[in-house]
Amino acid sequence: MSRRSDLIAGARDVAPMLLGVIPFGLLVGVTALEAGLSPAVTVGMSLFVFAGASQLAIIELAGQGTAPLVIAGTALVVNLRYLMYSASIAPRFREYAARWRGLFAYLLTDQAYALTVVRESDDVRWYYLGTAATIWLAYQAATVAGVVLGAGVPPGWPLSFAVPLTFLALLVPAIEDRPGLAAAVVGGGVAVAGRGLPYHLGLPAGAVAGVVAGLVSARTAGGGGDGDGHHGAGTDAEGPAPSPEAPGDDGREAE
Amino acid sequence: MTLAPTTAWLVVLAAGLGTLAFRLSSIVAFARAGDLPAPVREVLRFVPPAVLGALVAPAFLVADGGLAVAPTNPRLIAGAAAAAVAWRTENVLATIAVGMAVLLGAGALGL
Repeated sequence: MSRRSDLIAGARDVAPMLLGVIPFGLLVGVTALEAGLSPAVTVGMSLFVFAGASQLAIIELAGQGTAPLVIAGTALVVNLRYLMYSASIAPRFREYAARWRGLFAYLLTDQAYALTVVRESDDVRWYYLGTAATIWLAYQAATVAGVVLGAGVPPGWPLSFAVPLTFLALLVPAIEDRPGLAAAVVGGGVAVAGRGLPYHLGLPAGAVAGVVAGLVSARTAGGGGDGDGHHGAGTDAEGPAPSPEAPGDDGREAE
Repeated sequence: MTLAPTTAWLVVLAAGLGTLAFRLSSIVAFARAGDLPAPVREVLRFVPPAVLGALVAPAFLVADGGLAVAPTNPRLIAGAAAAAVAWRTENVLATIAVGMAVLLGAGALGL
């Protein structure tokens, strides 16, 4: 129940996951320099964006001379999943003041979310901070370490190949079913086909095509035989999503 | 042709602010309403595999601008090995390690 013990519990529970976090930071630091980004921009990126996969995408595209708008846009598309995390964890933070919620939002990562969402406690603030702040510290330190190390890597080592390997490592578990596979295959296929497009638009084109393919695949797999007459796009038949918590006046809604 | 420093900072700022907006979105907007609307969730569900697929495919299938879906493409072989490891272990470190090892090995074999 004490703040301190919650903080420590959070830090302790997240410690094993740092093995997954630190390599990201190191990779960011090392490959950013290779791509021509300055140490300041690299560290700044880890501070401001604080999302490994999108940072690696930024670094890879920057190294290829992609148009800045496409780089920023790709980073945002890669980070769209934070919309989902935010939606999932929001109920746990409903009662806290805006200041807290802002801080919690900035610190949100897959791991902090996963640990906190199953924590049985009314006041998860300190536990969440224990997990999230530990990750943040480890990640920033790893970025700096990567920047420092990167300067010493011999040229010719294909370290930057670790970037697409990381994406591959993330892609495989992200494919959970046939529609997901369709999304990945079409996304990849369109990106390859569109590699000659100006401004590296093949990438966002692939992403959009992949999402559409996933939606189509899900529709044709599940919606074919239940006879509700709904085919194609349009999901308004489902109605509003049910709220998991009791509705009604909070009374404590902060500004 | 790399990013000029000012441009790089602008990209960082744009990506940072946008990502923060995503992180804040439900915590701010849906603090009362509960989940994201179902259609939005449907679409979001496919974003990770689509985006990651689009990021991954060119790196392993394209060499010097041309399609290289052949055993002579060392990156493709390394990628296949890494994908197998990712599938069995779901371990990021192992995947990267195996992929790099296979690539370096293929290079040593003269591919």
